[in-house]
Amino acid sequence: MIVAALNGVEVEYGPGLALGPLSLEIGAGETVALVGPSGCGKSTALRLLAGLEAPTRGSITRAAGRGETAVVFQAPTLAPWLSAQANVALPLELAGVAQTDAHRRAAEALARVGLAGAETKRPVQLSGGMAMRVSLARALVTEPKLLLLDEPFAALDEITRRTLADDVLNLWAATRPAIVFVTHNVEEAVYMASRVVVLTRGPGRIAADLRVDGPMPRPPHFRAEATFRATSEAVSAALAEGVAA
Amino acid sequence: MSRLAPFVLVAVLLAAWEIACRALHVPAYFLPPPSAVALALKDNLPTLVAAAGRTLSTAVIALVIASLVAQALAILTALSPLLDRAIRPLASVVQVTPVVAIAPLLLIWAGLDHPGRALVALAVLVAFFPIFSGAVSGLRAADPDLERLFTLYGAGRWQRVLRLRLPSAIPFLLEGHKVGAGLALIGAVVAEFGAGSGKVQGLAWQMLDAGNKLQTARMIAALVVLGAMGVALHALLEAVERAGLKWWRGR
Repeated sequence: MIVAALNGVEVEYGPGLALGPLSLEIGAGETVALVGPSGCGKSTALRLLAGLEAPTRGSITRAAGRGETAVVFQAPTLAPWLSAQANVALPLELAGVAQTDAHRRAAEALARVGLAGAETKRPVQLSGGMAMRVSLARALVTEPKLLLLDEPFAALDEITRRTLADDVLNLWAATRPAIVFVTHNVEEAVYMASRVVVLTRGPGRIAADLRVDGPMPRPPHFRAEATFRATSEAVSAALAEGVAA
Repeated sequence: MSRLAPFVLVAVLLAAWEIACRALHVPAYFLPPPSAVALALKDNLPTLVAAAGRTLSTAVIALVIASLVAQALAILTALSPLLDRAIRPLASVVQVTPVVAIAPLLLIWAGLDHPGRALVALAVLVAFFPIFSGAVSGLRAADPDLERLFTLYGAGRWQRVLRLRLPSAIPFLLEGHKVGAGLALIGAVVAEFGAGSGKVQGLAWQMLDAGNKLQTARMIAALVVLGAMGVALHALLEAVERAGLKWWRGR
């Protein structure tokens, strides 16, 4: 089943083409990494999938409706005046869920991302990694069918990145939403994704669409396995080709 | 030690002033020595404090009115681009019009029997702009990604204003009210000068009255009270702003 699709979309900013033509189908339960050089339009592609932006040409199919799509941005994007719990409850409250109910579900979502006990903390009191987890909890609280992550761990240190990558995969295993995430990091793409889509330099088109074999969530030492290394090599090669093209 | 520096400077200046007045035999109507000012302050303290209270109450009433009107108008500009286009240029006109120039008009409109109303209206005009422009900037200062999330979650116009833009604007509103309150006090005093009437016996009237009677020491004493009131008000508002920001951010 297709959750969302870009059908020959093109996006123009000013006089030039920023993205496309690009066609991409996201299947239910897939985890797809979008990689590509800076300025290739990967974040734009993500916003198109989210319905936050309209393409100049082409069309978008979205089986996941409003309220079934969630986005996590590069920064945690939390409201500083709200507690962690109130931040997570916000999407539910905006959708009309009663406050007590929304706060109960928010507390559960925080517990799922390992933040039980941090409910009353304000964003300023959280570390970068914790704030990102709150952001993740807010995205998951609505039980989306499509989860979009725009370079979500780019600002974090390597250890935190790796922990969060595993956390995302474990969370994915619970409800199996389709995940599309943008990253600069080839290894992160191969580790987290069942499919890596490589874009050329801007205007981004598909340079390669590679399947990543192996169980999900990833077993320990997956990064040392031959599949991981071979796929990482292939993605790097496709990236280099896409930049040269 | 460095905290004492301004007090030491003030003491030195006062001493120099006192000595110069005595040594040069400066007439008291021209420049009374600080000791004479202190005496005038002591003798007239109840009157001056009462006058300061009236001026302060004009300023506070004006601040409350300016705050309500400015925020209501700012929210209208946030709700509709058309209202935004309509309201903002008018707000700028209010800002650039000198109070002294409108004072006589407002005194007529308020009715000559109610100069107090005109004073409040004039102080409102002065206090309005910083609060309005703070609110307008604040309502536009929400994190663009949070705006996108609100779009994604299908938030309505009012939900967006009440749950995102107004809370985002709070630091700007605190700053705007701090500036606005200081200006309301200045506005109240300037308006009293403009009104020049004995009906509202605020601090400015005390100064005018003392000036007419060549009681220069009393004039300066009124000025001292005004300055003290300004400093106290500023300190209070700084404290309110700090507390407000701490509450907003949680730290």
